[in-house]
Amino acid sequence: MFSLTGRKALVTGASGGIGAEIARALHAQGAVVALSGTRAAALEALAAALGERAHVAPANLADRASVEALVPAAEAAMGGLDILVNNAGITRDNLFMRMKDEEWDSVLAVNLTSSFILARSAVKGMMKRRFGRIIGITSVVGVTGNPGQANYCAAKAGMIGMTKSLAAEVASRNITVNCVAPGFIESAMTDALNDKQREAIMANIPAGRMGKGEEIAAAVAFLASDAAGYVNGQTLHVNGAMARI
Amino acid sequence: MSDVAERVKKIVVEHLSVDPEKVVEGANFIDDLGADSLDTVELVMAFEEEFGVEIPDDAAETIVTVGDAVKFLEKNAA
Repeated sequence: MFSLTGRKALVTGASGGIGAEIARALHAQGAVVALSGTRAAALEALAAALGERAHVAPANLADRASVEALVPAAEAAMGGLDILVNNAGITRDNLFMRMKDEEWDSVLAVNLTSSFILARSAVKGMMKRRFGRIIGITSVVGVTGNPGQANYCAAKAGMIGMTKSLAAEVASRNITVNCVAPGFIESAMTDALNDKQREAIMANIPAGRMGKGEEIAAAVAFLASDAAGYVNGQTLHVNGAMARI
Repeated sequence: MSDVAERVKKIVVEHLSVDPEKVVEGANFIDDLGADSLDTVELVMAFEEEFGVEIPDDAAETIVTVGDAVKFLEKNAA
């Protein structure tokens, strides 16, 4: 039902925990995948583990020229692009009053502006082919806010608004644009939390555990599939009932 | 009708699914041929592909009728 056979997918941040799981899931459903990220060695290792139908497309999303070149490179490697997953993200946490311009700018550039440029670049070919799936990995905190993460929350909320606008523009061309909003997921980002922070978070998750990367990947695979063709402009929250929104 | 005009007409008829008789020089893509703003972007993309030219955004904005497209492409197409 959720087959992606013959589809061509680009996943950014595929050298990270969630991104790698997304790439694995799309690949397992039959898609050709282009793995993007900054750590070429990790991408190569993942591509080798996946075997056939896997390409490596390193990019530095903080660098505009590198972002501009990514979709054309992925299209050239795979012979097209049907599914774009804007997963890459960074954090530069700080209290609002202490937050430096550079911390704000770099998070907005990597988490939001790169998603805009990649989507703008990808949607052209999708319009021509009359099929496309653009999926942004936002975050529960883009909706709820989070102390110490004004930059990250602004970028993630921006992604949701951008997604809704683009969905309204291109829905008539059989292109869907959606977000997946993870709650707390076991990853390098949450590994960095100390025990006290972890305990406080757990108290707010009715499911009683953190999510797994593969649970985010499953939501992405669903949205990428033909079966989700009428789900458009939405944000699918995957957070163990932490926020009911 | 010039070769360019014929090719432009073919693209417009295909993309907008309109009666070929309506695709005349003075026909406005939006007002006369029922195109929406996204259609006009797609038409420009189709012209670029057919004629192997790049149509910059500021030029694309001036192409509002079939005749505008023909004129631009006759001047700029290789």
